[in-house]
Amino acid sequence: MARRITLGLYLLFLALPLYWLINMSFKTNEEITGALTLWPRNPTTANFVRIFTDPSWYMGYVNSLEYVVLNTVISISLALPAAYAFSRYRFLGDKHLFFWLLSNRMAPPAVFALPFFNLYSAVGLFDTPWAVALAHCLFNVPLAVWILEGFMSGVPREIDETAQLDGYSFPRFFFRIFLPLIGNGVGVAAFFCFMFSWVELLLARTLTTVDAKPIAAIMTRTVSAAGMDWGLLAAAGVLTLIPGALVIWFVRNQIAKGFALGRV
Amino acid sequence: MNDRPFDNRAWLLVLPVLAIVLFSALLPLMTVVNYSVQDSFGNNQFFWNGIGWYRELLDPSTDLGSRFFGALWRSLLFSAIILAIEVPLGIAVALCMPRDGWRLAATLVLMALPLLVPWNVVGTIWQVFARGDIGLFGHVVNALGIDYNYTAGILSAWFTIVIMDVWHWTSLVALLCYAGLRAIPDAFYQAARIDGASRLAVFRWIELPKLRRVLVIAVLLRFMDSFMIYTEPFVVTGGGPGNATTMLSIDLVKLALGQFDLGKAAAMSIVFNLIILAVCWVFYTVMTALDAEKQAEGPAKGAE
Amino acid sequence: MARITLDGIAHAYRPNPRSDADYALKPLHLTWERGLAYALLGPSGCGKTTLLNILSGLLRPSHGRLLFDGVDVTDWPTERRNIAQVFQFPVIYDTMTVRENLAFPLRNRGVAPAAAARRVTEIAELLGLSPMLDRRARGLTPDAKQKISLGRGLVRSDVAALLLDEPLTVIDPNLKWELRSRLKAAHRALDRLMVYVTHDQTEALTFADRVVVMQDGRMLQIGTPAELFERPEHVFVGHFIGSPGMNFLPAAVTGDRAVVAGFEIPLGAAYGPLPAGVPVQLGIRPDFTALGAGPGGLPVTLERVDDLGRLRLARVRLGPHPLVARLPDGVDPATAALYLDSRRLHVYADGKRVPPPGELRQEAAA
Repeated sequence: MARRITLGLYLLFLALPLYWLINMSFKTNEEITGALTLWPRNPTTANFVRIFTDPSWYMGYVNSLEYVVLNTVISISLALPAAYAFSRYRFLGDKHLFFWLLSNRMAPPAVFALPFFNLYSAVGLFDTPWAVALAHCLFNVPLAVWILEGFMSGVPREIDETAQLDGYSFPRFFFRIFLPLIGNGVGVAAFFCFMFSWVELLLARTLTTVDAKPIAAIMTRTVSAAGMDWGLLAAAGVLTLIPGALVIWFVRNQIAKGFALGRV
Repeated sequence: MNDRPFDNRAWLLVLPVLAIVLFSALLPLMTVVNYSVQDSFGNNQFFWNGIGWYRELLDPSTDLGSRFFGALWRSLLFSAIILAIEVPLGIAVALCMPRDGWRLAATLVLMALPLLVPWNVVGTIWQVFARGDIGLFGHVVNALGIDYNYTAGILSAWFTIVIMDVWHWTSLVALLCYAGLRAIPDAFYQAARIDGASRLAVFRWIELPKLRRVLVIAVLLRFMDSFMIYTEPFVVTGGGPGNATTMLSIDLVKLALGQFDLGKAAAMSIVFNLIILAVCWVFYTVMTALDAEKQAEGPAKGAE
Repeated sequence: MARITLDGIAHAYRPNPRSDADYALKPLHLTWERGLAYALLGPSGCGKTTLLNILSGLLRPSHGRLLFDGVDVTDWPTERRNIAQVFQFPVIYDTMTVRENLAFPLRNRGVAPAAAARRVTEIAELLGLSPMLDRRARGLTPDAKQKISLGRGLVRSDVAALLLDEPLTVIDPNLKWELRSRLKAAHRALDRLMVYVTHDQTEALTFADRVVVMQDGRMLQIGTPAELFERPEHVFVGHFIGSPGMNFLPAAVTGDRAVVAGFEIPLGAAYGPLPAGVPVQLGIRPDFTALGAGPGGLPVTLERVDDLGRLRLARVRLGPHPLVARLPDGVDPATAALYLDSRRLHVYADGKRVPPPGELRQEAAA
């Protein structure tokens, strides 16, 4: 019973701020700045309508999703062979390389913001989804390697050897036999690439100005504007919750293992 | 893991990853190093400054040094508070989680939700939620007669960013511990009951030891992410009031992108990065040691 | 504590069992005595683990009562029952030393430190753990760890029973023997009631004083290893015990004669009328058959000879029915005939042994 109560209180603590945001997104600015109300007295969808009809708003979501998906695809496809190498072979400098990769997962974005700005301006990718997608590879590729390596090490090596004896070529073995076996791992790795790319703002904001500006950065515009449009801000925030909520549902049984970088 | 064959051709498989990480980590770092040893008078005119910036940065009596150490201590204090709250709380929550059924699914989804909120939206949510005028939390706290205003009071500001981080990340610790707890075979609990162990003894001698591996990962992730936190406190407090919540990352971005003081910012980046690298190395060593231990116990694990 | 009684214990995992098949464990009446070692033997899924969980209190039986020394403990939780258990894989407290591990059950029960220390030393000596008492339990080999969990079971002097759930599964084959002899020695020294669950007949027959053979949630026979070997009460027991298992031949039995595939075989006793409409079989262990050259043997066709080193076995057919027979040295299997020891022949009707008239009924729960 005490366990139920503890958990209940914790979940309430998690849910309340979210509820408040959703609550506000359905209010008019007059109601928000007026007396405190626990639920919208005059529910309005005007805030959402405004976002969906104004390209400078909804393009933010499109931009965000664009670089997030790009990044996920790049990260996973690069990480797969590398994770296989780490889980199956020893080679010169493997341990150091693995550590170096990990250290990049931990690299502070603040350190990289300025050099990235210079770098991507120099190669002409500034203000494109590619710039952000590649920049996020800095921490997502190592993360994907780590997660995938953890899952791959759980597959006995006898499977590789058997396939080899059965005359499978390496690519055929890899895609037809091995990938399906670590399907969960790929799903989890993709989820985390998606997540960390989706939640990051500093790099995404630094590397874009107009054309590829992510929704999160567009939101900060409202924050700094005089005469704060709280309702609109809340509605934009609520809409950023939805992609996350959707992907969580698909990986809910694997979440914990993934957060442990595949190492529970 | 030691029975893997030695084959340097495996490098070919690692090459793509290596290429992209070199491009997005090493290249920028070289730029940073380059900046850190130069000074500029604007107009893109640079001249050699050697280790001048580093000297200034690491000398607390200079402006730059005191600023750097101030931010460093604030970041360390923040990380320490975060770990002290989130790790025990996360373990406690994990112990309370249901073992299966729809309740578990609902709990998992709700717990994971804050983790997938864009970091500036986390800031926004708490900025709004904690305001005295329009936020439920701020309103309730003020109504209790407590003087709470995170834009004016240092204590209020710290309290807000700490509770925000607890809201944001405790679930990560809890999920990790939950996964660790799930991996404990029922036989251990059964054996403990047979041995007449109390609930506390079960936690002390079974659950805690089995959680060691995940706890190392949890502490690593939470330390790193809280140590380099930027977006969330920036949105809520903007580093204020004064410099009270200016963490290392916030300070660095101010220096680099705000004041465009490239040399100083670069030197600070390098030192920041070295600290991260050192901590990372310690954790990595511990983690591989634990991995090796688990490997050694491999045969016994087979039957679990 | 001396005696465990299973009074009509049965278990169904489904809430409202309808047919027999819904029962993981069918009603059992048994009494187990102190000082004896019992083995629960059967293939996986036969209900032996269910029974063990009922004994340990992990599972409440859906029917029947469980008595320890006449006291109904059916609803008692594990910790109250005073039993000890050794699991399939070693359950140890990683972060404790071996000594702390062994002392743990005593410490939890508030045994005085001095008495506990004495007891720990004693048990460690018995199990050969003395040299490693102060080492961390974590880094030890699986067999040492299993000795620790065994030691935790033995260290309390008041346990009603020690339950062992396939304790040798993860042990290297060459170390199994050592651990088993330690176990037997401990059993003799401590005079406990032990219940040993296994699917390995060698383990069961070498370890236990009494073996309970189970199949499909049913107890088929309980007896000493010799009884199971010489007089299997059920076709399954004949098959399961012994390697190779017992030969069974479909037969028609009248009086002291049986007819198998047209051949007449004399029986050791005259049987009364057998139940009608059920299959009747003749059972005999390969050990009590032989191929030979003399007269009066049954003509068989040879399929192949298995040389097991210390003995040779011939796989032959009597008419259409396959069976395994001993092949003594110097006998040419191609021309030899089959001899059966008629005193070792058993008659089975519908899978169950039909006792010959006049045989003293074996006390099932000896």
